[in-house]
Amino acid sequence: MFDDFFTRALVAGIGLALTAGPLGCFIVWRRMAYFGDTMAHSALLGVALAFLFEIDLTLGVFIVAALVSVALLALQKKGGLSTDALLGILSHSTLAIGLVMVAFMTWIRVDLLSFLFGDILAVTTSDIAIIYAGGAVVIGALYFLWRPLLASTVSTELAESEGLKPDLSLFAFKLLMALVIAIAMKLVGILLITSLLIIPAATARRFAATPEQMALTASLLGAGAVTLGLFGSLEYDTPSGPSIVVAALILFILSLVPIRLRRTDPQNSNRREHAK
Amino acid sequence: MLDASQNTPGRLIDMKNVGVRRGGRWLVRGIDLCVNAGEIVTLIGPNGSGKSTTARTALGVVKPDEGGVTRKPQLKVGYVPQKLAIDWTLPLSVKRLMTLTENHPAREIEEALEAVGIAHMERAEVQHLSGGEFQRALLARAIIRKPDLLVLDEPVQGVDFTGQVALYRLIKEIRDRTGCGILLISHDLHVVMADTDTVVCLNGHICCRGTPQSVASSAEYLKLFGTRAAETLALYSHHHDHTHLPDGRVRFADGTIAETCSDQDHEHDHHH
Repeated sequence: MFDDFFTRALVAGIGLALTAGPLGCFIVWRRMAYFGDTMAHSALLGVALAFLFEIDLTLGVFIVAALVSVALLALQKKGGLSTDALLGILSHSTLAIGLVMVAFMTWIRVDLLSFLFGDILAVTTSDIAIIYAGGAVVIGALYFLWRPLLASTVSTELAESEGLKPDLSLFAFKLLMALVIAIAMKLVGILLITSLLIIPAATARRFAATPEQMALTASLLGAGAVTLGLFGSLEYDTPSGPSIVVAALILFILSLVPIRLRRTDPQNSNRREHAK
Repeated sequence: MLDASQNTPGRLIDMKNVGVRRGGRWLVRGIDLCVNAGEIVTLIGPNGSGKSTTARTALGVVKPDEGGVTRKPQLKVGYVPQKLAIDWTLPLSVKRLMTLTENHPAREIEEALEAVGIAHMERAEVQHLSGGEFQRALLARAIIRKPDLLVLDEPVQGVDFTGQVALYRLIKEIRDRTGCGILLISHDLHVVMADTDTVVCLNGHICCRGTPQSVASSAEYLKLFGTRAAETLALYSHHHDHTHLPDGRVRFADGTIAETCSDQDHEHDHHH
């Protein structure tokens, strides 16, 4: 049952999920889901440019995703359109430009679907090395950014007035997002990356009492979703990337059930009495 | 500017002719303001008069487009911002809120929560707190840092009248105990804190300043807020003589005043 490619997929997917957990928590807390989507969609433009300039795919995706976040910042400064609308424009125009560019480059034969939906079963040993090295960078950087990021999630001004650097840490966070998206593209594809960031984090909310607990729980739930999804895809012969997302969704739905039971437990009702 | 602040050892913040310009419009201009240690300075003014902008400029979060701000070297600030929308998805207990920008030992956290009267809520999630409890938690978070300067942007918003009086008393106690300077922002003119040393009345520029009583009776203030506002301000500062009474009595007295005229207030006072 444990074919070699399957073990590689499992190891790669779990590595990605562990990295995505804490990052996804911040995306949920800061309501950056659409921003994450935009970055992910721009990855296709990164792919196209990487082919054009003959550079590494992951590097190309990272650069374009980072540029998109800079472009958004510049457009926000300019004022006028809402962030929501700007994200909509950036998201789909970068995706469209990427598709058009790939169509123009007739000398390149690429399977676009593998970028849109990923192919976790095709990961190589060097891909795994990149996933774990990149993951270590992301987790390490998050460790140092944790306090300013969390404080500015509560209030940017509070963080800034008390000597933290919210703008700088947010920018660094966006670079980490770009890095994770670049790494994740091969595994789950650009259309499904955001779900792997958001769904485990949203699921973890129910089981966490502190932000740190939530980050850890999100990692573990993500790893669980990858495992469940991959075994499911093997069992039912379904596409691997979407199967992982479906598994994550099932965990999320299951997490909705016990909260109704918990409402009646005495500790919680005490808490609400205090709140009044 | 630097010389001036060095000559005054207790000076925390000194703003000289500060102006902030956004989108081709001056939000505030010509602001001269200083806060000394142990002093409570209250900024009042209508909506959009630049109170928050002034406070943020004092903090250094907003850079002035003209004039200058001198802060005491290594000034430690505790800030209670005006609007805090904490997403429900963030699991943040009162205890965890206390260590948001700095670590503190558990004992100090308990003491700070004790000081603001919500020690029993240490484990509650901040999203479950009432308006008054949340403001108290934010105050505790700011004072645990042992700041030289507390900046409180509308600390009594969303709090009922009784709670407002209690919060203002708490703020005064903090000042008395720690000797920090306090920059307070208020747009709710019904209860301007009577313990304020200086009231600065803003409307894009400084209209007038002085003690609460002198500002309330000044022509500029009356022009800006009308005579009724002045009456309520005077009323509260008069009433304040009795906020040192035990909790129950003070609350009862405030309830009466909020509903009726000042004559009854006098009657009530005579009972004591």
